[in-house]
This record gives sequence, C-alpha cells and structure tokens, in this order.
Amino acid sequence: MKKYILKRIFTLLPTVFVVSVVVFLLVHLTPGDPAAMMLGDDATMEDIAALHTKLGLDDPLYIQYFRWIGRCLQGDFGTSTAVIGQKVSDMVFSHFRPTLTLAVYSQLITILLAIPTGILAARKRGRIADFIASIFSLLGISLPSFMMGLGLVLLAAVHFRWLPAAGYKDLFADGLLPFLRYMTLPALSLGFIHAAYMMRMTKASMLEVLGSDYIKMARSKGVKERSIVGKHAFRNALLTIITVVGQGFISALAGAAVVEKLFTIPGIGTLMVDSIEKRDYQVIQAITLLIAMLNVVINLVIDLIYGLCDPRIRLD
Amino acid sequence: MQGHSSSPSMSRDALRQVRRELIREQRMVNIRRFLHNGLSVVGLVIVLLMLLTALFAPLITGALGVDPYTSLGREMRLQPPSAAHPFGTDNVNRDVFARVLYGARISMTVGFLVGLLSALIGATVGLYATVNPILDNILMRICDGLKAIPNILLAITLMAVLGANMQNVIISLTIVSIPGVARIARSQALLVREQTYVEAMRAAGASRFRILWRHVMPNILSPIIVQMTFTFATAIISEASLSFLGAGIPIPAPSWGGMLKEARSYIYNGWWLVVFPAIFTALSVLGFNLFGDGLRDLIDPLSGR
Repeated sequence: MKKYILKRIFTLLPTVFVVSVVVFLLVHLTPGDPAAMMLGDDATMEDIAALHTKLGLDDPLYIQYFRWIGRCLQGDFGTSTAVIGQKVSDMVFSHFRPTLTLAVYSQLITILLAIPTGILAARKRGRIADFIASIFSLLGISLPSFMMGLGLVLLAAVHFRWLPAAGYKDLFADGLLPFLRYMTLPALSLGFIHAAYMMRMTKASMLEVLGSDYIKMARSKGVKERSIVGKHAFRNALLTIITVVGQGFISALAGAAVVEKLFTIPGIGTLMVDSIEKRDYQVIQAITLLIAMLNVVINLVIDLIYGLCDPRIRLD
Repeated sequence: MQGHSSSPSMSRDALRQVRRELIREQRMVNIRRFLHNGLSVVGLVIVLLMLLTALFAPLITGALGVDPYTSLGREMRLQPPSAAHPFGTDNVNRDVFARVLYGARISMTVGFLVGLLSALIGATVGLYATVNPILDNILMRICDGLKAIPNILLAITLMAVLGANMQNVIISLTIVSIPGVARIARSQALLVREQTYVEAMRAAGASRFRILWRHVMPNILSPIIVQMTFTFATAIISEASLSFLGAGIPIPAPSWGGMLKEARSYIYNGWWLVVFPAIFTALSVLGFNLFGDGLRDLIDPLSGR
C-alpha cells in the first residue's frame, strides 16, 4: 500500500507542475503593466521602473515563476492590485466559507436525490420509474446551472414566494434554518446537473453488479432481494459512486462562480467574477490555482480509496 | 486492400463498383438505424431548427418588422408577450423575439467554431502524440494539467486575461475543449496503429507521416465527429455562462447568456425575459446532446445506455 501511495503521488507531480505553469503564464501574459496599474495614472517613469525592480518584474520568466510558486507554497498569493494593501490570501479565505458550505449542502442534496433514483432506475429497468429517471438526467445535462437557478427563482421565489430569491445567511453565524431558507435554491441549482450524472452512473454500476455471477449465485441461494440490492450490489457499486461524489464536489466548487453571482452569495465565485471587472489578476490566479490543486488532491484521495478497497488496483 | 478475397477474374472497375455498392448499403443501414432511434431524430430536428433559425434570423425578424437593437419607444418597456411581440419586450424597449433569434446566431457560431477548431487542433495533438513517446508524454501531461483546472474556471481566467468579446470566447472555449479531444484522438489512434493493415503499410515502407494522415486519421474521424457535437453543446452552455457573468460577449449583442444577465434584475416584473432565452439555450443543448448520442450509438452500438 505504501508503494502504491508513493506511486500515485509521484505521477501527480507533472500535473501539478503544468497547472502551476499554466496559471502563472495566464496571468503573466495579461496586457498592461501591473506596476503602472498599481501606481495609478500620475506615476512617473522613474516610479514605475523602481517598482519594477522591487517586484522583480525585470527578472527572467523562470526566476519569476520559481519566486511566485515558492511564495504560493507558503500561502502567500501576493497583494491585491484593486484593494491596496489587502493580502490576496486573506481575501480568498474570508470568502471561502460560503462557497464551501454551499458546495457541501448541494452535494448532500445531490446524493439524496441521485442515489435512490439511480438504484430504483436500475431495479425497475424499462419501467415508468426508469423513464422518469432518464428524462430527469437528460434535463440535468442540458440545463446550465444558472438557468436551473433562474427557473427555480421564478418558480419558488417569484411565483410561490416560498423562499428568498437571493441573499446569503451564514450557517454558523445565522443558524441552520436561515441558512436552509437562503441556500436551498442555490444548492439545488448547483447540484441538479450533477445529480443527473450521478444518477446515470449509479444506475449503470448497479446494473453491472446486478448482472454479475455472484448476484445470480446469491439469488439462487434464496437471499432476499432487499439484501441483494442493499448489501451485495450497492456496496460494490459504491466505488463508482465515490468517484462521482468527488467529481461533484469539485464541479460544485467550480460552478459556484455562476450560481453565487446569481444568488448574490459572497463566496469565492463572486470574488473571482468581481475581480475580472477590477482587473485584480492576483485574486483570479490564486482562486484558479487553489481549486485546481484541490481537484488534484481530491482525485488522489479517490485513487487511494480505490486502492484501499480493491487490492487488484494496487498491483497494476 | 481487401481485394484478395475476390476472384482474380474480376476487373478493377468491377471491384470498385462492388465496393461502392457495399459502402452505399452500409450507409443506408446506418441511416435507418439512426432514424429508428426516436430520441436521436428529435435531436436532429432540434439541431436543424436551431441552425435554420440562426441562418434566417434577419429574414424572419425583417418580415415581422422588428430587429434586436432598436428601441420601440418608452411605452413599449417590459411589455408581456403579445401577437405583435410574441416574446414580449425588454427593459430598454426592444423586441425579445428578435433578440432571441439573433441569439441563435451567436450560440451556433460559437458552438460550431469551438467544435471545429478544438477537433482540428485536438486531433492533430492526439495523432502526433502517438508518433513519439517523449512527445506523447509531454503533450499528455500538458493535457492532464489543463484538465485539472475545472473548465468553467479556466474559461473565466482566460476571458479575464484576454478581454470580453466573441473572438476571445471562441479562443478560450477552444483551449478548454482541446485536451478532451486530444485524449480521444490519441486512444483511438493507438488502437488503429495496432491493426494489421497499418503494420502492413509500415512493412511496405510507407512513411510515418503518410500512415498517420492517410490511414490512421480517417479511421479516428468518427469518434472525433461525435465528440464535436458534444463540444458544440458544451460550448453553448459555457458561452451562455460566461456572458451571464459579464465575461463573455458584451452587451448590446443579443447573446442568450447576456440576455439572462439583464433579465436577472427584472425577474419580478418580466418572466418572459428569463423564460425564452432559457428555453432556447436548453433546447439547443439538448438537441446537440441527443444528436451526439445517436451518432455515438451508430459508430459504437455497445456504448452508452
């Protein structure tokens, strides 16, 4: 197992390197001089040149990259160019809680919606439940999250006036009920697309397992159907489902940009979009890098869980 | 090179004739199989309707005497759907129907160009990756790295850097889509290279370049085309999302995402501003996905479902 873990981590290094180079270059290639932008319009050429030297903007690109990545590894993502003196890491972390709680909540809804329907669709194959589940998954794939959100707002907030159309209540500061009132629509719109995918995958992996020989064996032994589906099939389908949940968490974090903007939730998505208008590239860079790294780590964890559950994977 | 099974007395021309007929027959079988699948036909119809809408938007709106940019006067602000303005009017007194139809032009152009460009570049990357193991390693690690950044985030970052306009939307979404196509092209090309006829070509002394482009490339074309329809669908979603965030196609251009961004502020007094662009976006995405599913089932009946 130790060897397997080391091997997995080692194969990740090139990916991590490429991600960091891409993110670094992206922002580095932006038009405009960051030094001139920080100093404002009435800066003299000497001031700009001085700041250039101070920030190390005259050094070769690879030196700038290594300096930047070194600082990032220590949790220092530079200072904002829009809000003078504000540290980017502080900005990102102060906006992280709404995004994280929203992502977790939307994943909970997704799992509760998708796994039972997926199992049902697999058992009642070709029946009404299966048909409804297919429509549901088609819709989920075709509707972008923000359209789902707009539809939900139109229905649940404008028409029926059940829930507020926008706004944010913090889970820890305002309590659970206000949080649920405000965050259910965003969580639903964020989770819907993924719920469709998760349902399809649950259905597919359940079908695969249900068709296997040992299930036939269990059936012929007279094991109850309930126990076959719940105990034997679901456990083996779980590996696929864990992967899908992991991917869903990442897509919830990434999709947050759109949904947070729609529901005016002060998370990192909103911060990122607002930073585009302010040309605050350091913030965009930090958020992209963080989420990409989180993605890599989550995928690593999934791989390790796989290795832990299924010894065959460790050997290849 | 399948000639050796036929009798030697057959002339070349006759052989060619037989081959042509076989191909035609296979094509008919394929078309029949595609049409047999109800959902793919629905997809095909939606795709055609959307393309026609995009193509004839100026003609249709011209016949109705409306256009997507002109204000109809202050008394026409936020009017609900009526016979003269079937989709209502918006907050700056414009006809929503005309804007939605013109929106199809933007979405279809972006979808088509992103699909085409990412297929061309992605297939080239994937094909060349199979030539040289070192090149393969480098290209695939770059693809892995790009894929590790969630698509929408990479697109937003690219748009922030490049600046919001249509050309940059196409460039950003193409960059985002390339790794996926490259992976497919590479894995398919690796399969084709194992085939006996490629081995025979190599033994006969054909150059690598010739094998790659004349023999491997045509055989990976189908999965690439299928992927193109899916990329088309995702590009429509991504463009709408970017425009909705204000990082895509700038106003006053009538992109569906941009219209939804404006509609957000009037959601309490103009449901039609949300509903119609949303329906058109969802329908076209659905259409391309269903169409793509149908195509995929054709080339690989075992996949999906």
